[in-house]
Amino acid sequence: MTELSRQESYTVRFAGDSGDGIQLQGLQFTTTTAASGYDLATFPDFPAEIRAPAGTRFGVSAFQIQFGGKRVTTPGDTPEILVAFNPAALVVNLSDLKPGALIILDPDQFTQQHLKRAELTSNPLSDGSLSSFEVWEIDITRLTLAAVQDYGLGTKASARCKNFWVLGLVLWLFNQPRTRVSEWISNKFADPLVRDSNIAALNAGHAYAETTELAPKQRQEPLPASFLEGVDYRTVMGSEALALGLMAAAERTGLDLLFCSYPITPASSVLHYLSGLQDIGVATFQAEDEIAAVCAAIGASYAGKLGITSSSGPGIALKTEGIGLAIAAELPLVVLNFQRSGPSTGMPTKTDQSDLYQAVYGRNADAPLPVIAARSPSDSFEAAIEAVTLALRHMTPVILLSDGYIANASELWPVPDLASFEISGVNTRSGSSAKLFERDPATYARPWLRPGQAEHIHRIGGLEKDLLTGHISYDSQNHQAMTDMRLAKVESVADFIPPCKLESGTPEGLAVVAWGSTYGAIRQAVEELLKEGFQLGHVHLRHLNPLPRDLPGLLSSFDEILVVEMNTGQLASILRDKLQLKVRQLNQVTGQPFNVDTVKSFIRGLLAEEKSLELTQTQVN
Amino acid sequence: MGDRPQLTFKDFATDQEVRWCPGCGDYAILKAVQRALAEGGARPENTVFVSGIGCSSRLPYYVDTFGFHTIHGRAPAVATGVKLANPELEVWVITGDGDGLSIGGNHLLHALRRNVDLNILLFNNEIYGLTKGQYSPTSRPGTRSPTTPLGSFDRPVHPGSFALGAGATFVARCADIDQKNMLRLLLETRKHKGSSFVEILQNCIVYNKDIWDDVAAKKNAPEHTVWLSHGEPVRFGRNMNRGLRLNPKTLTVSEVNLEEEAVEEADLLVHDETNRVLAQMLLAMKPPLPVAMGVIYRQDEPAFDESFWGSKTGNRRHKVDSLIRTGVFSQQR
Repeated sequence: MTELSRQESYTVRFAGDSGDGIQLQGLQFTTTTAASGYDLATFPDFPAEIRAPAGTRFGVSAFQIQFGGKRVTTPGDTPEILVAFNPAALVVNLSDLKPGALIILDPDQFTQQHLKRAELTSNPLSDGSLSSFEVWEIDITRLTLAAVQDYGLGTKASARCKNFWVLGLVLWLFNQPRTRVSEWISNKFADPLVRDSNIAALNAGHAYAETTELAPKQRQEPLPASFLEGVDYRTVMGSEALALGLMAAAERTGLDLLFCSYPITPASSVLHYLSGLQDIGVATFQAEDEIAAVCAAIGASYAGKLGITSSSGPGIALKTEGIGLAIAAELPLVVLNFQRSGPSTGMPTKTDQSDLYQAVYGRNADAPLPVIAARSPSDSFEAAIEAVTLALRHMTPVILLSDGYIANASELWPVPDLASFEISGVNTRSGSSAKLFERDPATYARPWLRPGQAEHIHRIGGLEKDLLTGHISYDSQNHQAMTDMRLAKVESVADFIPPCKLESGTPEGLAVVAWGSTYGAIRQAVEELLKEGFQLGHVHLRHLNPLPRDLPGLLSSFDEILVVEMNTGQLASILRDKLQLKVRQLNQVTGQPFNVDTVKSFIRGLLAEEKSLELTQTQVN
Repeated sequence: MGDRPQLTFKDFATDQEVRWCPGCGDYAILKAVQRALAEGGARPENTVFVSGIGCSSRLPYYVDTFGFHTIHGRAPAVATGVKLANPELEVWVITGDGDGLSIGGNHLLHALRRNVDLNILLFNNEIYGLTKGQYSPTSRPGTRSPTTPLGSFDRPVHPGSFALGAGATFVARCADIDQKNMLRLLLETRKHKGSSFVEILQNCIVYNKDIWDDVAAKKNAPEHTVWLSHGEPVRFGRNMNRGLRLNPKTLTVSEVNLEEEAVEEADLLVHDETNRVLAQMLLAMKPPLPVAMGVIYRQDEPAFDESFWGSKTGNRRHKVDSLIRTGVFSQQR
């Protein structure tokens, strides 16, 4: 038996029914690999149904992770290991696998009934459709029941321990310790029966692999990554990092935070995360609808708190009039949009980047506001701090775009030092000398004067107001001046944007320009193409409105510009509109993040096309 | 507070020119509001008026306190945010029948059932004034308007019944032209902790003139309205010779005449403002029964904002730091 070679990284996908505990299993595998010193990225992909009918294709829930010793920026294109709990989980994932991938499955699940539910007319275990893969048929359910039978949980509850049985086996496969998972189970389950059964299942799965003929097939774990000295790491999900960023911003500004929201997929996690923290001046208000949520947040800002609201595209549409009020009243407000596939209800659990137009242009009248985007789970922390900074510095609503992918995905995070964040330029003018509409010439922010301040009693609202006094005004010249002021205010944000830089590559050849959650896939694609000798560079935008002033300069030294995004070309249009740039597009709206290979192939094709075009032109000349 | 000068209603007037139509019922309401603030000892810097859109919603511009003229129907939601953000503030919501019960019905419902400590005044003139006279959700069937030239035929909503059904803990009614009683009622409204809902029968002089005359006009009010007092027998009429009696078998109220019928005061219904079932009956009364005025329902319940922030004794810096560091592992290498 030859020893299997050591790989730099592995991509593993767990798949089963939405009630099989797949996400839990994935997260536990994630924290263990992280603690072992690997870099990683995950991609949870689940149906909108909470407990979809068992065994159906549409009910398959999946969790993918890439972990390894080199820098990992994506959850991986093609899994090398698939754990499939039932025939449906096998069949929907088969086409994504790497040739020769290892499939771990339970043959007892391949009954006529289950095959039928998975819409299969023949059994993949015997019809040859798995011939190009390495298949481990293991009686997972039976072995789990045997392992936990002494605890007396009952058959149904005992069978539910199989996610931990499999996890034990997969941990063995990569020579990973079980201690973190055992500890987690011990803390999570109060019922000793449930706790002990799950731990027994975890250990049994591990022992099974160690003592059977599987033993020689154990993979060599990748060499751990090289981490920064003296820095602590953890794994973090995008929604969690964003919530932490908002809390950090509140802490650094000394403001209480009032987070007003209405449940919507995939934005609800932040609302959950921030709830129950009133004791430290972080409160949530679950409003009766999206409109009430934004309005209550505006009310909170008006009264001097950090007012924040969140939603996904359909909910942002409902909040639009409220956002206009915050623009007119010149109040700080942070609006989070966890984008999902649309239009209308669309595919709530699937990801998209198609609300960029909505964020930049989607309001009645000339109603500009700053728009920024988070690029990865951990980046959501700093993006949140930036959103709060802009809102307070310029006294304006700000839209922060995230999406379903990075909201739920995890990655490794070098834990930041709270004290290192200075929120600069926050508009704190008050006191008796402050005049309500005396705007800061650099930021156009009016002083944030609020109820309780006897010297600043005033009325404000959505009616157009006089530029200087704030009284209601229908004066035509004043409306022109106010419209100009509101635009200038948003443009002044660009004065504070740090210089644009290349994420990788050099400023020649092809510029790959993107924003948001495509960061990981593009970063890896560009780095691999650079190694192949292509000339290109990667520009990833945080600020989408206004655009960085030095962006045209940076892009001018490239021959061509390619905009990659998960919509039909919204940033591409904005770049054409605002910077008169000629750009090419790579767009995908499948509800799934980009694969690295998709980006690479497209760029290779594009650059080859350029080359042949050059050749043709040379011949003509 | 003792060293503060006593304010008068003039101290609550702004320098802004009032822009309602001459003769509009809103002038009287504005005056009663300003007087209630002065007499009730409100502090201008701690008072906020939040309004939506419509004629009524212009009121905040004319009261010299903090004021926020927001968007159509959403005043209860904005006011909820203001009150949660700073529970020390005295927050008023000014709305109308279109703003509060049509486009903003949902927010009004939820502010009331949460029992946010807000003083909500709904000016009911049964018409859309600012958009030039369309029928509203409180318009009586048959109302002719630009959008119902043949007369409206949808069934109206009754503000008080709506509020009670939503779980309001204070439901009251008065008329714009009854300055004395309106002032008295607004002082009670200020005192109530939780959502106070007041329907004010208001006269739109341009688009629905004199719609309340039958019940509220000075000459008609004594015989067509009944001013309720908690614990008192329900009597009305110019000579207080009329009263209401409860029929326990049919659970209905009927009118009796103490002079003409063999009834004594002891036979009359006694108003109990804490009785929800009674409140429902009283709110539903319409001619030929008298229209109920005053505090129809009042119940002490904890206000939503009362303990919203808890004790706020947590060490925030420490807590945020520890949340950020949850699940941290140090690298050995």
